[in-house]
Amino acid sequence: MNTENIAKPRVTVKDLNFFYGKYRALKDINLDIAEKKVTAFIGPSGCGKSTLLRTFNRMYQLYPQQTATGAIMLDGDNILDKNQDLNKLRAKVGMVFQKPTPFPMSIYDNIAFGVKLYQNLNKNDMDERVEWALKKAALWVEVKDKLKQSGMGLSGGQQQRLCIARAIAVKPEVLLLDEPTSALDPISTAHIEKLIDELKEDFTIVIVTHNMQQAARVSDYTAYMYLGDLIEFGDTSTVFTNPKRKETEDYITGRFG
Amino acid sequence: MINLYTRRRIANATGLTVSVLAMAFGLFWLCWILWTLLDHGLPALTPMVFEKMTPPPGSSGGLLNAIFGSLMMTVIGTLIGTPIGILAGTYLAEFGQRGWLAPITRFINDILLSAPSIVIGLFVYEVYVVHVKHFSGWAGTIALAIIVIPIVIRTTENMLRLVPSTLREAAAALGAPQWKIISFVTLRAARAGIITGVMLAIARISGETAPLLFTALNNQFWSSDMDQPMANLPVVIFQFAMSPYQDWQNLAWAGALLITFSVLTLNILARVLFRQSASTH
Repeated sequence: MNTENIAKPRVTVKDLNFFYGKYRALKDINLDIAEKKVTAFIGPSGCGKSTLLRTFNRMYQLYPQQTATGAIMLDGDNILDKNQDLNKLRAKVGMVFQKPTPFPMSIYDNIAFGVKLYQNLNKNDMDERVEWALKKAALWVEVKDKLKQSGMGLSGGQQQRLCIARAIAVKPEVLLLDEPTSALDPISTAHIEKLIDELKEDFTIVIVTHNMQQAARVSDYTAYMYLGDLIEFGDTSTVFTNPKRKETEDYITGRFG
Repeated sequence: MINLYTRRRIANATGLTVSVLAMAFGLFWLCWILWTLLDHGLPALTPMVFEKMTPPPGSSGGLLNAIFGSLMMTVIGTLIGTPIGILAGTYLAEFGQRGWLAPITRFINDILLSAPSIVIGLFVYEVYVVHVKHFSGWAGTIALAIIVIPIVIRTTENMLRLVPSTLREAAAALGAPQWKIISFVTLRAARAGIITGVMLAIARISGETAPLLFTALNNQFWSSDMDQPMANLPVVIFQFAMSPYQDWQNLAWAGALLITFSVLTLNILARVLFRQSASTH
């Protein structure tokens, strides 16, 4: 099914099944996520792409009805292992959500919040870290004079970049983006896509997107999913120009979905 | 045969008229109450009200001891009730999805919320006043705190439930443990609503008479000893308004005006504060 071999896999998904109560939302997923590349999950609504993404940091754990079986290997550890320290895992695997979610605190504190969880930085180092993250997220110039103001006062696109800055400030290894631009206008979207391109120098990125053009623009590898199955996986140019499966072609050409 | 568009316009006009009338009806009574209060209370509101103690009938005096007693019991009652209410409300909203404890607590809290305040007064009388054998400011404070708790629990839970789960997820995704998510993110996001709940509770207890009749009773003299019977505005109003003496009745009006306007001020203050914090946060 997923024949593509990835040179340097960072995350390896093995026989992953996912259940919302009794409903099986992911079916025997096997997949490699390449290091310092962008991997996109595409597919129609309800295909399980967000569900798959949310297993990488065990976000589903917040909800008692949701369970996963199989294995997701990161640095030789199985993420799904019961003994896995969730907070440590989430320090390694950062996430940005569909809607911007600034915390009700200042721009500075929004970013310092996550860093403080793992590191004891003095004031200077923390200032530097906040500046570094905001620069990485291409937000520094816009907010450097109002770091003490609330993050809720920024525009939607700025808020989303703030959330990206917050996620990378803890220096994760993997960055999960769950439809990060679907609530944004085209200009903010372009900002963030450019950002994704720059961030992949440092981070392994997985992005879920509704927008096929976006997947084509930003990703190196693409996985097409449908009804909980991984239909096709390969490097993006192949999946988009020369898909092996008829279903993928139908979706990509717009005949379906 | 009336066409659809005309019918909608008629329905719209009818709906609008009925709601405006309903609003006018409600406001009418409110204005009347305020008017009567101002009419009788303002002339009685002399500087003496804040300077002298409650007088014996026939002589002049003020409400100083009652104002002080009310302030003490309301403030301490709120200080005791608020943390308990916020903690319990947080438990219900953040930890109460599973198990049997939360639904039962919620149910009992609803009963407490709607319990007549005289029942709470009798309860404190029975379990506290009877045992220490005298009325006291503490007993009044306890009764008021018991009224504060369910109000704060209910508003805290409701406000926390309004915080979008995406905010919790975002904090969890950074690896924050649950206590940090709650204390730094969700409680902060719900802060304005929770403070409104506390304000509501203060407004409610500052006018409560029944629970104080059985607990703090009253005191004609100045007393700052919480272990002694304590003067307080509601009971003084009750006593003075029912009396045949004109001076006392005037003082009762002044007291009523004081309570009403301090609650009003508190509410306005809270709104102004929120507006400011909403623009910076």
